[in-house]
Amino acid sequence: MTKPIIIDGQLVEVEPGTTILQACEMAGVEIPRFCYHERLSIAGNCRMCLVEVEGIPKPIASCAMGVTDLPPNKDGAPRKVLTASPMVKAAREGVMEFLLINHPLDCPICDQGGECDLQDQAMAYGVGGSRYLENKRAVEEKYIGPLIKTFMNRCIHCTRCVRFMTEVAGVEELGAISRGEDMEITTYLDRGILSEMSANVNDLCPVGALTHRPWSYIARPWELEKTQSFDVMDALGSAIRVDSRGPSVLRVLPRNNDDVNEEWISDKTRFACDGLRTQRLDQPYVRDGGRLRPASWDEALGLAAQKLKAAAPDRIGFIAGDLVGAEEMFALKDLSSRLKVKSIDCRQDGAKLDPWLGRASYLFNATIAGIDKADAILLVGTNPRVEAAVLNARILKRWRQGGLKVGVIGEAVPLTYKYDYLGAGGQTLQEVADGRHSFTEVLKGAQRPLVIVGSGVAARADGAAILGTAARIAAAAVEGKDAAGWNPFNVLHTAASRVAGLDLGLVPAKGGLDVAGQLDAAARGKLDVLFLLGADEIDVPVGPTFVIYQGHHGDRGAHRADVILPGAAYTEKSATYLNTEGRVQMTERCVFPPGEAKEDWAILRALSGKVGNALPYDTLAQLRTELYKDVPAFARLDSVYAAPIDGVSALAKVTGNIGADPFVSPIKDFYLTNPIARASAVMAEMSALKKTMQGEPRLKAAE
Amino acid sequence: MAVRRLYPEQPLSFAFTPENLAWAKREIAKYPAGKEASAVIALLWRAQEQEGWTTEPAIRAIADMLGMAYIRVLEIATFYTMFQLAPVGRKAHLQVCGTTPCMLRGSEALIDMCKEHIAEHQHELSQDGDFSWEEVECLGCCANAPVVQIGKDTYEDLDPELFAKMLRDLRAGKPLKPGSQTGRQTSCPAGGPTTLLDEPKRGTEKV
Repeated sequence: MTKPIIIDGQLVEVEPGTTILQACEMAGVEIPRFCYHERLSIAGNCRMCLVEVEGIPKPIASCAMGVTDLPPNKDGAPRKVLTASPMVKAAREGVMEFLLINHPLDCPICDQGGECDLQDQAMAYGVGGSRYLENKRAVEEKYIGPLIKTFMNRCIHCTRCVRFMTEVAGVEELGAISRGEDMEITTYLDRGILSEMSANVNDLCPVGALTHRPWSYIARPWELEKTQSFDVMDALGSAIRVDSRGPSVLRVLPRNNDDVNEEWISDKTRFACDGLRTQRLDQPYVRDGGRLRPASWDEALGLAAQKLKAAAPDRIGFIAGDLVGAEEMFALKDLSSRLKVKSIDCRQDGAKLDPWLGRASYLFNATIAGIDKADAILLVGTNPRVEAAVLNARILKRWRQGGLKVGVIGEAVPLTYKYDYLGAGGQTLQEVADGRHSFTEVLKGAQRPLVIVGSGVAARADGAAILGTAARIAAAAVEGKDAAGWNPFNVLHTAASRVAGLDLGLVPAKGGLDVAGQLDAAARGKLDVLFLLGADEIDVPVGPTFVIYQGHHGDRGAHRADVILPGAAYTEKSATYLNTEGRVQMTERCVFPPGEAKEDWAILRALSGKVGNALPYDTLAQLRTELYKDVPAFARLDSVYAAPIDGVSALAKVTGNIGADPFVSPIKDFYLTNPIARASAVMAEMSALKKTMQGEPRLKAAE
Repeated sequence: MAVRRLYPEQPLSFAFTPENLAWAKREIAKYPAGKEASAVIALLWRAQEQEGWTTEPAIRAIADMLGMAYIRVLEIATFYTMFQLAPVGRKAHLQVCGTTPCMLRGSEALIDMCKEHIAEHQHELSQDGDFSWEEVECLGCCANAPVVQIGKDTYEDLDPELFAKMLRDLRAGKPLKPGSQTGRQTSCPAGGPTTLLDEPKRGTEKV
């Protein structure tokens, strides 16, 4: 039942549980606030959101007062809220004055300047001057890790950071010690924070107390060009805003996207951007006498084309990497079929995901937002905390609401929420599938169960059997239930390009070789040319195979290459990515590729011309037209291109023996999973810190 | 109130004595499963009674016992001034009330004596390590001001002379009698009763 309330003369009908602040927002009235945040619990300690309610003598903190909690008027008329009355104005000025008593006037040297809530609200709601002549409070600096720079003098005690770390990141590390004016935000004995999401507190901080340490003092927000894009560090496709100045990307910030990342991003997404400036391939190279030497585009493409033309089609291999977009994979597929090459693969890790079984067999079918509805989750061989940190936060959010049971088969790692550890590997999975395990009952009893399979187990030799067994568990879990459209089978990918690659069919044709087969052929001298499109997670054996590497970083692939064709990173091209749930998202070009590097589809187009079999598109628009003809769903941007449920039943028929090895997550080091992150100094520092802290948890982190 | 920090020199470990541990377990059992954290103040207080002050290992030990994050227990230990974060005197830690009624009745003189006879600053140990003192807010015995609290007992109606005697007795290890030091019963008028002096006449009044 809705309840009416009048906000500044405007009647609003609100649902029970709505706060006055939310009702004001519905009415389009802005209420200033510092401590309130719609995705965190309500603290009500900044007092900036005070409003007047007619008939109540004192101002009310609108963030904490529910509309239904207001005592009704005697005549039953709706309550009237005033947000622009003299009392509210005086209250805001008073609160602002109190907050500024101890806030240093160091805006000119503060990194938050220009995007500071306190600065903006002091301008909008504060008074011009100060009546206080006393000294300001001085607070010792705190060390809370290499990602967060602290200026605790500036802290206004909103406790957003404390609530975020506890409620969203699930790591109870931050706290507020002491009280009153002496309250200080800190970690236990100045330990660094070990969380994959810690830097989100920098965004949440309404003042400059917590700022981004890696970017400190490099730019003012108003100097930066802001481009909306999507992240490729994991397979979630978090919405990001890329801030760039001139040729370089300076920072990456989250954007709101309720369906995927809400408004959080992982530390890797945020801080790996310094890797976009180092180790870049900015001109073509060819190997000459064992050494790579700079070459012209003409020479490099000519050499690559010559080798491709000379080799027999069954002695050529194509491998697409983890960060490439759909456009270049489409062009690569096109090129391979024109050259009659059957050995093409996009599954660098060797995942046994088979697009012929139907799309549902490799998607996160229940969607990421679907986690909010789940009441039982079985994690099979996945550690979502490192594979998709933001998704793990979503599970935690659901878990905190209560009524969610989580079971884990795989590694017993801390996941920020409590779970039932079922077992290490295939045997337990088989037990759950056969109904011999108590968790089968949990899944059966759940209205909306989820089975999440990690990409690590899919990549095992017995991956197909594991996926099949998981699909059987999923199918049995919803059998006979009235959960229309609920597909409980989910694959959690770690590579941003994987779903698009599988949708485009970048898998070996009949008689072709997959990644392992190609590498094996290369080792035995049976492969003449290997084309790596940004494939850096594999080791190509040394030998006579001629390796063409197209990519943006001088990483593993480039080290082995005989010809290097410099491409564009995800911030330098407009490319389509499908996230793990099959959501089609298109990145924007924020900056140009460095030096002579080109957009990847254009390189492939140029190469095809040199090979003498030109691809029939000269612009990105023409390529997309062809792409959309081939896969129309790719044109539906920002929507989940859902899979029919029958894919799971086809997968459920796959059987086989599951090995005794325990299930492990494919990610050994969260901070170093792709060429961009490996080139990043910040990620290297975090990786080193994590190792020392995990080895010695009581050690005070060295600054 | 000053910034409250953990003392730089901490003991290496903390463990409840067997009796205290048994007591702590009973205390935790008072709360429903999953709400063990409710016992945190009781346990911290018992640890302080055992050790004399609240040590960092004790904070960690109690956090582990209750399944709480260390920072959560640290927040509580630093929030409440009843938790002494620095070592206190072996024989006594004197909490001198400095709030208005006690101040009006001469607590400033007592504080000066503390500074002279114990240590220059609050929370500092005396040279022999036997005593320490601090100024606290109202102890709730305003009728018997000025008041000093040691442990769980208050010593009331003090003046410099009585306070000096108290310090001497403490130093000598003589037992002290809690309550009013002038001998009056609780908060009864100092010089004996002033009202209702006549004997009530029973049975004469007609109802």
